[in-house]
Amino acid sequence: MPDVVVIGAGVVGAACAYYAARAGLDVVVVDRGPVAGGTTGAGEGNVLVSDKEPGPELDLALLSNGLWRELAELDGFEFEAKGGLVVAETGEVLEALTGLAGKQGVEHTVVPSGGLGDYEPHLAGGFAGGVFYPQDAQVQPMLAAATLIRRGADRFGRGTLMLRTGVTVAGFLRDGDRIGGVTTDHGDILAGAVVNAAGTWGGEVAAMAGVHVPVLPRRGFILVTEPFDEPLIRHKVYTAAYVTNVASDSEGLETSAVVEGTPSGPVLIGASRERVGFDRTVSVPVLERLARQAVELFPALADRRAIRAYCGFRPYCPDHLPVIGEDPRAPGLHHACGHEGAGIGLAPATGHLIAQTLAGHRPDLDLTPFRPDRFEERR
Amino acid sequence: MKPLYDLAVIGAGPAGVAGALTASFAGLDVVLIDAAPRPGGQYFRHLPQGFNAQAPGALHHGLDGFTRQWETLRARADVLLGHKVWAVERAEGTVTVRCLEGDREERPRTVTARGLLIATGAHDRPLPFPGWDLPGVLTAGGAQALLKGNLVVAGRKVVVAGTGPFLLPVAAGLAEAGADVRGVYEANGRLGLARHPLLAAGKAGEALGYGASLARHRVPYRGRHAVIAAHGEGALTHVTVARLDSAWRPVSTRTVECDTLAYGYGFVPQLELPVQLGCATRADADGSPVVTVDGGLRTSVPGVYAAGESTGVGGAVLAEVEGRIAGRSAAADLGRRVPPLPRLSRRRDRLAAFAKALLEAYPVRPGWQGWLRDDTLVCRCEEVPLSAVREAQDLGAIDARSVKLLARPGMGWCQGRMCGYAVACLAGEDPAAPRRPIAQPIRLGDLAAPTRSPLEG
Amino acid sequence: MNQPYDLVRARPEPEFEISVDGAPVPVIPGQTIGAALHGAGIRSWRTTRIGARPRGLFCGIGVCFDCLVTVNGSPSLRACLTEARPGDRVSTGARAGQVGPGGRAGDGDGTDGGKTVNGR
Ligand SMILES: Cc1cc2nc3c(=O)[nH]c(=O)nc-3n(C[C@H](O)[C@H](O)[C@H](O)COP(=O)(O)OP(=O)(O)OC[C@H]3O[C@@H](n4cnc5c(N)ncnc54)[C@H](O)[C@@H]3O)c2cc1C
Ligand SMILES: Cc1cc2nc3c(=O)[nH]c(=O)nc-3n(C[C@H](O)[C@H](O)[C@H](O)COP(=O)(O)OP(=O)(O)OC[C@H]3O[C@@H](n4cnc5c(N)ncnc54)[C@H](O)[C@@H]3O)c2cc1C
Ligand code: FES
Repeated sequence: MPDVVVIGAGVVGAACAYYAARAGLDVVVVDRGPVAGGTTGAGEGNVLVSDKEPGPELDLALLSNGLWRELAELDGFEFEAKGGLVVAETGEVLEALTGLAGKQGVEHTVVPSGGLGDYEPHLAGGFAGGVFYPQDAQVQPMLAAATLIRRGADRFGRGTLMLRTGVTVAGFLRDGDRIGGVTTDHGDILAGAVVNAAGTWGGEVAAMAGVHVPVLPRRGFILVTEPFDEPLIRHKVYTAAYVTNVASDSEGLETSAVVEGTPSGPVLIGASRERVGFDRTVSVPVLERLARQAVELFPALADRRAIRAYCGFRPYCPDHLPVIGEDPRAPGLHHACGHEGAGIGLAPATGHLIAQTLAGHRPDLDLTPFRPDRFEERR
Repeated sequence: MKPLYDLAVIGAGPAGVAGALTASFAGLDVVLIDAAPRPGGQYFRHLPQGFNAQAPGALHHGLDGFTRQWETLRARADVLLGHKVWAVERAEGTVTVRCLEGDREERPRTVTARGLLIATGAHDRPLPFPGWDLPGVLTAGGAQALLKGNLVVAGRKVVVAGTGPFLLPVAAGLAEAGADVRGVYEANGRLGLARHPLLAAGKAGEALGYGASLARHRVPYRGRHAVIAAHGEGALTHVTVARLDSAWRPVSTRTVECDTLAYGYGFVPQLELPVQLGCATRADADGSPVVTVDGGLRTSVPGVYAAGESTGVGGAVLAEVEGRIAGRSAAADLGRRVPPLPRLSRRRDRLAAFAKALLEAYPVRPGWQGWLRDDTLVCRCEEVPLSAVREAQDLGAIDARSVKLLARPGMGWCQGRMCGYAVACLAGEDPAAPRRPIAQPIRLGDLAAPTRSPLEG
Repeated sequence: MNQPYDLVRARPEPEFEISVDGAPVPVIPGQTIGAALHGAGIRSWRTTRIGARPRGLFCGIGVCFDCLVTVNGSPSLRACLTEARPGDRVSTGARAGQVGPGGRAGDGDGTDGGKTVNGR
């Protein structure tokens, strides 16, 4: 019998499994699909500290940023510590931006208007300036998730970390009050504890255990360009509007393009945010807006082609914070979901903290802001 | 140009032209859109004016009939050639067709209509094998397009290989045009359909014609043979031809010198536009996804019809019949009086049964996977070798999509059009209907600009 | 005699020239750049990003994107679809700065209809 069953082989589940195995626990990861087939396969791979307001999410992001750098040593996936450049349209916005950077207390450099070209030679003129965040990085999320699971299995011996794809969790097993495993379409799996890392479907999984965890989809489209022979864009580049969009409560469509080159050549332009349930229908207006914003940032992109677009559904909670920790309403069930547009960046810290709680250690960060039952009082 | 048409037809091949003409005769305001500068689609591909060809029909059976339809249509409907459709949307009973006009200075154009007929045809289905990306290796349809559309003979010494009856017109055309065709290698049995009633009934003449042409040019036609490797430094110089067993495993091999290989293992219907609209699809007899249609060629989305190869690969004659039925349905659904024509439906059923029999007689057998080596590229665009596909599977990719996510086959320029079938086979599944929200590459500057209708500058 | 021309009894208009990396290539009015190159015996005109593999025509109908060229400075045009015009300057050479093997992008693909990620 494993110590832990992790539901979900996305990047968050992979990190939970990896760190739990590293803590000496026997882990089984189950996913109804393949590894990284959920939102992880639709994400962009930004590992950002620049876009977070000071507070618990930034603390999580900073912890995670350091852990990603360690994990990058594992080899098998790309991690590029390329840095992010946030640009401001007006002097007023620049002031707000520098103010935020000061409050964040993370490494940054304020870049005057005339200095932007040193960072991004192809950036449009006319920006008032910007802030450069050297800690912002890029990771290939699908390979990262697969690699964490594989390396976890390699390093600690197969059997202590096992991946079972194509297995759908249908309910929970109980041991008195405690959760003691899962039922699946391929039989029951008894375990000492269960981690709900089902991403956007985390609310459904929680409901199977009779607890309310409101995780909802927030759709995002990404545009991908033709591959470039020479890199046009060096860092992650976005306008200050991105920061306000991320934290927005609006139902409607919001776009603020984050533009960046990738080692294989294409430029990624992402992403939109809108709440339309799980609707995959292509929205041309969304693609048009992303294109417009990207061309405003980099006029040289106007002549290059978009060759594809894809969408995914960010798992979000009403207060835009993830759910991390054991559920007092269902002891033995640990949640690790609801990371919205930052799950890739926040995965290692989440995995690390979950492993600490699973192993009975005191977590490095206070988990109170992320506690799973925090939505009860608001119901 | 009109602000709102009754019916927009995408594709000026036999299906689209017949559909547009039929709908127009039934009283609809029709616009026909095609990416190509000339009508005809793949089969009736037209030569440019510049050749002043006095006998263009020498390259196609039935060209006169098509040309008559085309001339009549041009007088009755609006025709937008050189318009690539990159997206279609449908809201509140109106279809919006987004096009790019022109082959280099593209301009965004938008056409709106109450109904849409999708007749976008198919492209070749190549299988990967060692050396398939050497210059000089072409798809069979590609060789045909060079000849029919440009009067360029694909090569001097040409080998034709793959499976299906389409190899015969390709080889015959090349031989007639002066190429030294070194052999036609059919991976299935040579006489797959010889005794099919329909072949006896009608198609026999055409097949015999190609056969006679090949005999006249002393072109050997071998069953149970395939090209399993192509060789050359920077360009093709020779191929390895294998005798196959019934599962397509090589039994013996030899070398054939050639500068060109034209090959194909069937066709892949182009489904990105119906998939964008949410039309239901099904697996055809060969496992390929095709649009699901009713007897009137209606898709699952109201007001959207499909005809020709998009509903299943069946050739030009079936495509035309389907186009006519679809045009009639579109008119009837918009309240025009269209008397029933059961004869047409029976004709379609017969031709479709024949098409199905063909797919069953010329399947792709699993043995081709054994022709690949670890370093054989599966995906040409992203240069993904077989070994990378296997590594992805080892990491937990259990389907084609996750293989793509981990190893990148299908992420490049062609968006999986060339490798999609092979990757699905390697992943052990039937190919899924392609989800390509952008059906044709579009410049970001054009995507960013507000779209204009053909009326405006 | 040119057999394909005989076949359809073509009386082609006078050829014009385009320049391909500086060298003249003859074109019959209406031919595509790809057909003109292939007809002139030029089988490859591009090299791939990763392995620097030579590429020319493959599908011939605009779906494989192997045949990309830059025409009069306009990049990434499919030679097999682009009709040649008198005086066109076609440049083919791979530009510098190819990435090494193993280059991988961080682009994902959430485009699955929902067999694994079902959109409930
Ligand atoms: C367009 C877009 C861009 C984004 N960009 C970024 C970015 O740049 N940086 C960043 O950090 N984040 C980004 N994100 C967000 C990020 O992708 C997600 O937060 C993250 O991938 C969530 O990972 P996860 O492991 O929690 O969920 P998922 O990857 O969705 O994994 C959950 C898994 O659970 C499985 N599952 C669900 N129910 C069951 C069940 N009953 N039984 C078995 N298995 C089940 C699913 O199959 C799935 O594989 C982006 C998201 C989108 C949509
Ligand atoms: C390269 C090739 C050559 C072939 N040659 C022969 C042959 O010689 N003999 C034979 O019997 N069969 C041939 N076929 C088989 C052919 O598919 C059928 O014979 C027949 O042409 C099918 O008719 P259709 O109307 O369904 O489609 P097609 O004739 O393929 O017509 C489809 C049309 O849709 C247009 N189109 C597609 N997508 C878009 C878009 N996004 N925007 C705008 N326009 C679009 C295309 O330009 C094309 O003109 C060939 C197939 C291919 C792929
Ligand atoms: S040869 Fe395939 S796109 Fe031109």
